[in-house]
Order: sequence, then C-alpha cells, then structure tokens
Amino acid sequence: MKFIINLFASFLLLLSFSFTQLHAAGEMKEPMHPDWSFEGPLGKFERASLQRGYQVYTEVCSGCHSMNLLSYRNLIEEGGPEFSESQAKAMAAAFEVKAAPNADGEVEMRPAILSDKFVSPYENEQQGRAANGGAYPPDLSVMVKARHGGADYLYSLLLGYVDAPSDIKLDDGVYYNEYAKGQKIAMPQVLYEDAVVYTDGTAATPEQMARDVTMFLTWAAEPKLEARKRIGFKVISYLLILSVLLYFTNRQIWKDTH
Amino acid sequence: MSENYAPKSAVGRWFNDRLPLLNLIYGHLLPYPTPKNLNYWWTFGGILTFCLVTQIITGLVLAMHYVADADLAFASVEHIMRDVNYGWLLRYIHANGASLFFMAVYIHMARSLFYGSYKEPRELIWIIGVFIFLLMIATAFMGYVLPWGQMSFWGATVITNLFSAIPLVGESVTNWLWGGYAVGSPLLTRFFTLHYLMPFLIFALVILHVWALHVPGNNNPEGINVVQGSQDTVPFHPHYVVKDMFALVVFLVVFAGFVFFVPNLLGHTDNYIEANPLQTPEHIVPEWYFLPFYAILRSVPDKLGGVILMVSAIAILAFLPWLDTSKVRSAKYRPLYRQFVWLFFANVILLGYLGAQTADGLFLIIGRIATAYYFAHFIIILPLLGYIEKTKPLPKSLSEPVLSPEERQMKAAASGASA
Repeated sequence: MKFIINLFASFLLLLSFSFTQLHAAGEMKEPMHPDWSFEGPLGKFERASLQRGYQVYTEVCSGCHSMNLLSYRNLIEEGGPEFSESQAKAMAAAFEVKAAPNADGEVEMRPAILSDKFVSPYENEQQGRAANGGAYPPDLSVMVKARHGGADYLYSLLLGYVDAPSDIKLDDGVYYNEYAKGQKIAMPQVLYEDAVVYTDGTAATPEQMARDVTMFLTWAAEPKLEARKRIGFKVISYLLILSVLLYFTNRQIWKDTH
Repeated sequence: MSENYAPKSAVGRWFNDRLPLLNLIYGHLLPYPTPKNLNYWWTFGGILTFCLVTQIITGLVLAMHYVADADLAFASVEHIMRDVNYGWLLRYIHANGASLFFMAVYIHMARSLFYGSYKEPRELIWIIGVFIFLLMIATAFMGYVLPWGQMSFWGATVITNLFSAIPLVGESVTNWLWGGYAVGSPLLTRFFTLHYLMPFLIFALVILHVWALHVPGNNNPEGINVVQGSQDTVPFHPHYVVKDMFALVVFLVVFAGFVFFVPNLLGHTDNYIEANPLQTPEHIVPEWYFLPFYAILRSVPDKLGGVILMVSAIAILAFLPWLDTSKVRSAKYRPLYRQFVWLFFANVILLGYLGAQTADGLFLIIGRIATAYYFAHFIIILPLLGYIEKTKPLPKSLSEPVLSPEERQMKAAASGASA
C-alpha cells in the first residue's frame, strides 16, 4: 500500500502548492464559512432554502443579473427547488418573451413557458453596461463555480458591505466591500433587512437572504450535485468491496510463488 | 507459446486458421512469461491503457453533443452538464480522467527511470513512450481549449503565440495555425478535429509499445535479465491480470473520489467564465501537469530560447538510453544514481511548484537553477555516473534476493568455500 500513500502524498503536495499561490494572489479577506447542507459526501440542498433563494434572485438580483443557462423547467426538476409544475408555470408566466413571428411577420410578446430560458434583464451587454455605469453585471448561472471560494465567497460578498475607512476614496459607482478584491466592487449593497417578504413567513434578515440565494446559485451552477454525490457513494462502496475481493484473490493466486 | 494455441470451438478454429488473431491475443495476454517480482509500480501500464480507453469512450459521447464554435462552445458544454443524460458524469470523468492519466503516466515514467527500464534492449519501448507522452501533451492541451472558458482561450493564446518566436516565418506560422489574425472559431474547430484524431494515434503507438515490450519481456525491480519460461517468470494470466485489476480498482477509488466529490478541484475557476478576448485573466496558469515545463519555458528571458528549452526538456528524454552510460539497470544496485534520481524527481516537483508562481524575484532565480539542474541531470550527471559509480553486485537470478538472511549467509559461505 506504500505506493498509494506515496502517490497521494506527492499529489497533495503539488495541489497545496497551487492553492497557496491562489490565496496569496488575491489579497482579500478570507470568506466566512456558514454550514452548507450541500457539503460533505452525502450533502443535499435544502428545498425550502432553494425556493426562498429563487424568490431573492427574482426580486432582487434579476433586476441586473441574467441567468441565461437556466430554464423555468429546471425549477421543477429533481434535486432543485422542486416547485410544483403549476407553481413553475405561474412563475414563468410572470415574464414576457418574444414570440415567433406571426403570419404578418410581426414579432409580438407572449408570457414565458417552462421551456423558455430565464428572461434576462437587458437586451444585450451594451444595454446592461449603459444601465450600470459601464460595469456589466455578470451572468449568475455558473457564478459559484467561476469564483475562487465558491459559495462561501458569494455569501460573504453579499454581506461584506461596511463603511469604508476614512483614508480610502471611492469613485462614483464603486463601493467598499471587505471581501471584494482590493475591497472595491461596482455592485452596491442590495440585501437590507426585509428586502423581500418571504412567502413562507421566514424572517428576511440579510444573513438569511444571502444564505438562501447562495444556496440557489450553487444549485444553478451544479444542478446535478445531489445525484452526483448519491451515485458517487454507491460507486465508491462498490469499488471498495471489489478491491477487497481482488486483494484476497490476488493473494490466493500468488501464494505458491516465492 | 502462441503457436501452440488451438481454439476450443469449431468456429474459433475456423476463424483462427484464416486469421490467427486469437493466437496473437492469447500469446500477449495469457501465458506471456512475466518476471515474478514486479511490484505495484508496474501496474501503471495497465492503468494507463484503461485511462486511454476511458478517455476515448467518454470523449466519443461528449463529441456527439459538443459544438466547436466560438459562440456556442461554452453553452454546449453547459448543455452537456445540464440536459444530456449523465452528461455531467461523462464530462467530469473526461476532465478528471485527463489529470489522472497524467498522474499515472508520470508514475509510469518515474518507475522506468528508477529501475532503468529504458536501457538496452528496451530503448525503443522507451522512445515510443516518449512519443506517446508528446501526443498526450498535445491532446490534453487542445482538449483544455474546447470548453472555451477564459483559461481555454488565454492558454491557447499564450501557447500558439510561442510559434511566433520562430525566426522569419514565426508570424506567418502563427496566423496559419490560427486560421486568421487572432484566436477564434477557426482555431477552435481545428483543435477539436485534432483532439479527436490524436487519441487514436496514441492508441496505435500503445500497440507498438506493448509489442516492442513483449520482445525482450518486462524489466523488473532487480534490473537483471530473466530467462523467459524459467522459474523466474510466471504466466501473465492469472498472476498479473488479477494483480493489475486490484491496482486498477484502487486507482479507480481515487478517480471516483475526484469525479463524484471534488470534480472541479483540479480545474481552474476562471474556466467557468466564458472566453473574453478583451479581458486577460490575472494569472494565466496551465493545468497542473504542464507546470514543470511551463516553469522551464519562463526561466528564459528570451521567448525563442524559452521555447527551445521547453521542447528540449521533452526531446532529451528520447536520448536517455544513450545518455545513461551505466550498464546496471536498477537503482537498487546503483548507490549514487539512487540518490540522484530522487533528487531529479524532487527537482521536477519543485519546477511544478514554480510553474504556478509569478515568474519574478526569488522564484525566477530558483526556477533558473532548477531548469539548469534538470538538464544537468541528463547531460552531465547521467553520463558521468556510469564511469565513477561503484555498483553493487547483481543477483544471479530473481530467486536470490528473496532468500532469507540465513539462506543468503549459507549460500555466501558455500560460494566462499568453493572459491
């Protein structure tokens, strides 16, 4: 078994090298680490939190940020918020999309249906920039996987708005955030007490909203997370049993060879 | 051995009389005489074959859903992750499979270095291996470009720009590679084509690699010649088939650990940001398995010089059988080489570490020393060692080193008396 230990040790050594590098690069505050239900080998999302998170995204974030890799049908799929079909249809219908050209070649608007992608706040990137002082609010579909620190980082960033130290001068449209790189960010603070009124009656504290929307974004970036961990657990159990059987088979075969 | 094989079924005999394919497979897989003392470092050949086949099969299915166009590639990969049945599994196996493939190949190469497997009469096996490694590098690099994330795009830009270092025709060559004046759709499409082709070339070379191996037979930890079919060998099946399977399953546990529980650990977060030609990432870092070569590239202030040195770092491996002047294969019997080979491994890991750092200040100085040492190992240390090293006496056969201390003492006493 020495070879596995050796192999693993040298490999982990290499990995740790690359991580120390990444941490040194950013010079930002170490993000907070709330207890995420989706962590660990058998982690799952909290259904209610995902549903609240969708509400926060729609009512707060979606004013500026698109999520154009998601469709409304994803909201009813297993392992996600698991809204009922009628709920998701109603959610989709709250948005309007361009219909296919009619017989006269005119393009009219129609309510969105389950198969439509999440409706974007802006027609195009230029419009998004124009509306936000030149900074384009990035798409959030895979944001959790596109930032070092993932869910912890996003959660901390949403809650990281504090008063800037007096020696720091901020330009127009730039905000002070402890967790942002260089402590400066173009996004203003959005999560204030009761920024949304949760339909399930949960108290909408900034921490609660940050938690819910980060959970929702984690699911959006990794919609098959629950299936992945469930299958992985079975696969590894199977392989471990097989390896024990093979170990003894191997010993049996070699017992007369000296 | 293989000549004596007769299929049991009538259909098998009919087929085999017309095309002795079964003979070939039988001879190479079943009774093939293998040294009885191969340790677990020897199981990586089988593991690598598994890796290659896995990459080809998962890649084939991924290619059915992937779109090689700069505007669509990123979304098509996400389509695979979200909408294709078990697409996430295929992609994570393929992406992590590449990393584990390299992990296994580095171990396989290190084993060859340690036990002198590249030496006469196995030089050609080693050289074919170097070509396989070269093709693997090209395949992996092009594969990393396909998702068209930020690292894909900027990695492709940095590496293809290296060709502009060629004197006189550099710029023309680069534009020819790009199929235009910048990295974009034409490059992506041709990288996809080549990424699809190369694994099959690797597969062909693997067949040659194994064929060439089966002529002299395996080297072994003692590094001595064994007589095929003697007491020193065992039939490949079942002894090594089962041992290799056990090692493979243990390897698969590690593999599955990555795929199912930390599938993005070995990747870079920036590659989940769609390629943007107008925004350069803060650090452009290659995949971990290229880092030592990246460090060598950056240790030279001149672009052309860096490229030449990086290519030489791989090319020099092909000359290893003649750079190493010692007749003794295994490091077990070479007290000096044994220390230098570990130093060499440590130096490569150090280069890998430096490849992930910004190339300035102290890192750059250490990088230059490590690069110099990398080459010194091949062109100074190895040739000299053969002349100055006093090697330990080699055992006559494989049975000898596994004798108990008492038996060895008796044997030594007996041979002393007869001398």
